[in-house]
Amino acid sequence: MQLIQYLINGISIGSVYAIIALGYTMVYGIAKMLNFAHGDIIMVGAYVSFCITSYLGLPAVASIVVAMAVCMLLGIFIEGLAYRPLRGTPSLTVLITAIGVSYFLQNAAQLIWGTAPKNFTSVVTMEPLHLFDGQLVITGEVILTVIVSAAVMIGLTLFTSKCKMGKAMRAVSEDRDAAQLMGINVNLTISTTFAIGSALAAVAGVLLCSTVPTLQPTTGSMPGIRAFTAAVIGGIGSIPGAMLGGIVLGVIETFSKKYISTDFSDAIVFAVLILILLVKPAGLLGKQTQEKV
Amino acid sequence: MKKLLAMVLTVVMAVSVFAGCQPAANNAADANTLKIGMTGPLTGGAAVYGTAVEAGMKIAVAEINAAAEKNGGLKIEFKSQDDEHDNEKATNAYNALKDWGMQIFAGAVTTGPCLAIAPSTVSDNMFMMTPSGSSDKIALTGNNIFQMCFTDPNQGSSAAQLVFDKKLGEKIGVIYDNSDDYSKGLLNGFKTKATELGMTIVEETSFTADNKSDLSTQVNQCKDAGCDFIFLPIYATEASQILTYANKIGYAPKFFGCDGMDGVLTIDGFDAKLAEGLMLMTPFNPDAAESKAFVDQYKAMMNDTVPNQFAADGYDVIYSIYNACVALSINGETPADEVCAKLVDYFKTYKFDGLTGSGMTWDANGMISKIPAAVVIADGKYQAL
Amino acid sequence: MKKLWNNKDTRRNLFTYALVIIAFVVVQIMLGGGMLGYAAKGFLVPVCVYISLAVSLNLLVGVCGELSLGHAGFMGIGAFSGIVMSVVLQNLIPNDVLRLIASMIFGGILAGAFGFLIGIPALRLRGDYLAIVTLAFGEILKNVFSNLYVGTDANGVQFSFSASGVSLAEGGKMILDGPVGATGITKLATFPMGFVLILFTLFVVLNLINSKEGRAIKAIRDNRIAAESVGINVTAFRMKAFVVSAFLAGMAGALFGLNYSSLTASKFNFNTSINILVFVVLGGMGNIMGSVISATVLYILPEALRELEDYRMILYAVVLIVVMLCTWSPKIKGAIAAWKASITEKLSLNKKKGVGNNG
Repeated sequence: MQLIQYLINGISIGSVYAIIALGYTMVYGIAKMLNFAHGDIIMVGAYVSFCITSYLGLPAVASIVVAMAVCMLLGIFIEGLAYRPLRGTPSLTVLITAIGVSYFLQNAAQLIWGTAPKNFTSVVTMEPLHLFDGQLVITGEVILTVIVSAAVMIGLTLFTSKCKMGKAMRAVSEDRDAAQLMGINVNLTISTTFAIGSALAAVAGVLLCSTVPTLQPTTGSMPGIRAFTAAVIGGIGSIPGAMLGGIVLGVIETFSKKYISTDFSDAIVFAVLILILLVKPAGLLGKQTQEKV
Repeated sequence: MKKLLAMVLTVVMAVSVFAGCQPAANNAADANTLKIGMTGPLTGGAAVYGTAVEAGMKIAVAEINAAAEKNGGLKIEFKSQDDEHDNEKATNAYNALKDWGMQIFAGAVTTGPCLAIAPSTVSDNMFMMTPSGSSDKIALTGNNIFQMCFTDPNQGSSAAQLVFDKKLGEKIGVIYDNSDDYSKGLLNGFKTKATELGMTIVEETSFTADNKSDLSTQVNQCKDAGCDFIFLPIYATEASQILTYANKIGYAPKFFGCDGMDGVLTIDGFDAKLAEGLMLMTPFNPDAAESKAFVDQYKAMMNDTVPNQFAADGYDVIYSIYNACVALSINGETPADEVCAKLVDYFKTYKFDGLTGSGMTWDANGMISKIPAAVVIADGKYQAL
Repeated sequence: MKKLWNNKDTRRNLFTYALVIIAFVVVQIMLGGGMLGYAAKGFLVPVCVYISLAVSLNLLVGVCGELSLGHAGFMGIGAFSGIVMSVVLQNLIPNDVLRLIASMIFGGILAGAFGFLIGIPALRLRGDYLAIVTLAFGEILKNVFSNLYVGTDANGVQFSFSASGVSLAEGGKMILDGPVGATGITKLATFPMGFVLILFTLFVVLNLINSKEGRAIKAIRDNRIAAESVGINVTAFRMKAFVVSAFLAGMAGALFGLNYSSLTASKFNFNTSINILVFVVLGGMGNIMGSVISATVLYILPEALRELEDYRMILYAVVLIVVMLCTWSPKIKGAIAAWKASITEKLSLNKKKGVGNNG
């Protein structure tokens, strides 16, 4: 029973990683860039939602919608201003710019919202389920995060395989030049990708802070790195892979905290990542690409 | 030739950047202004502590300067520098303050930077008083270094004594931050005393700065071990996470924190009901009558945030130094080493009343002795335990 | 000699050395003349350290084309092992300079050895996957450092991963104390030693780049498959670059560690690795002189911005983004070039007009 409780806790934090990783993986798959500012967009989303519920007193749903809209605009804005001009340059230059954006967002958040951490009120009002005489507790957040991340995963998979825009995204991801020749508007496609990725980041921010209530300007950075790791474990660029990677990472982290050592849980998580990459160099569900000569 | 020119230009540029960091020309000492400098994390993850101390100090400086006439016109010029809670940046920040002509150093805020700067203050003969660096190693670095807050082992051991005296728990659990000096210092003090008194710690679990985003495992571990009392030698932010999660899963042991827990009630958005029954040791009570003027000013300055003990310690540091300087007729022209010698001598017998205690004294090592008040939170307010 | 001078690479390398030496002499003169403030004096050693780190990372990222996000990990190995060594050798080598050199060499060797061990699995991967594996190793190393307890007493040195594992006899000294890190370090680092370190780093890296090995490494970067097909042992050369880079980072780390009186493991985190990478990218990948200059300027920039207080780091971020855009974006570069051209055109027009009036 204990084991199951920790498994549930692992899935809980894992599905938060998963939903962040979904945003990472989409942007990477299509724009071919590591967007290190993704974690900070999560933080912005959570702050926006916090302000709307705490200061304006609006319901949680409204705050999520506004947070999604704000992050979407922010994502489009960042992409257009900082990343688009660098398209076609070595991927490292975009990486550095993304880090600049990340510093910028963190420091801007500090100037706007101050340094004192906020305590995010969970958007879930559901009472926790107590099973087996209270030996097993499942909180409403766990249920919501798992459902939302699964729904997002399915939604994204359908979107990229059925919708016209989604197909365009896949085309851009396969071969940008060929896509352009086929009449696909590459700039619009990539902007849309950022818009969707950032809107997802807002949802992820709200879910993250509902599970872990502390909100401060650096809230996004560590989960951001974890989620990036999760995306790589699952195979970066693969949508189901991000989901799987997130859950695997969350469960490993919780189990290593419980059964091995709370002090070394980081080292263990990253060691598992390295092991997985050695066995499957493209991640669990990643596509193994053959190099052409 | 063009390249040579470019190179010469680069060197000139690099040198001018260096020169730009030189002491400014207008640093001439003025007899009526005492220069006090402070470093602390003003940006980054630990910024909440640095900005609180900074604000507390600024309030004290403003009050002193407004009433300077009473004290022969001696004013304070105050400068704060960001150290990002990083030893390297802290050293740079301290050097920048020396260039500015600092006479007294009222920093640093966190233990790591304190330990990085302390040896330099010893060799510079610079008086140092840290508002909140609580490791006992800080004051032991040199006799020019003083602390305004409790030292960790002492506080940890008095916490254990209190738990024993009041019979607060049978099965004791501890959740601490293994990457934080403060937390480990408290834990060691607590454990030593607890073993001495024959108390049993059934669960001891930790987190680190990198994996603290999820503390549910740690709470569950304590729950599995059947703890009815949990000692939390950690800061309010993480404690609020633990309280929230424990409440969610319906686990309600007694929680007990130290001075870092102060401020838990005023975290923006935190449901104060969750902290009901929480016990902590704090030298500062924002609800006390003598704190009111300070609390009001702080709220006006910091967006309605209620000050915690960090801010109050900062406030006390400035006043204790200023009052001593007035008594010793130290002024803006007294060189730093002379200021240091005089203050060190004076602090041996100094008795100071401030927001964080009355009749505070310092021992030969520079460690403070003041009474930690143990409080319990009831009806959203601190009540004496 | 003439022939040497005509070689573009050699000329460029000589310029790099000359730049460093001139800068050293100028700073020494300023030091002698008391023209430097405390803050500027405090920058000297870390700037040297970061220059060495940037140059060694440039070997990996710029020359070899392998993205590494864990350089701070090697720096950390060097720093902590250097500190331990300096304490252990206290009685054996009483001379500070010799002890510093020994500690740096030890730090370098240990970092190089770890570089080799990490390289075996890591170098099987490429591109972004190598980047994430180096990031992972960096985080693992940081996690291990912050749980490492090292103490020394009359019986020798003791290591442990728990605080209770090190039990010291009377008069023993705790060197590394887990998350508290190293405290009470004797500061051995000096600016001249930093200068020597830069020269050594430049010497190793520039010689490697301009040798047969260097050409092979560049060939691997530009086209791995083609390089392999002409008989270049790809793995061996990548490994060589990786180990050399780790070794140099370890030496720089040891100097860094011995420049501060206390040091925690959290210094060697992802952010530090990224900062070094920023120096490399802004200085120009593969451009060694660029690394030297950008490490100096970018280290001092946030310090020089201290007067701006709260807006300091946000301004640094903006500068970073703008510089990246201006130096890399084809459009913006084009716009700047067009603007420059229009100005020169106007200037020459004005000149012509002036000539006409005079006539």
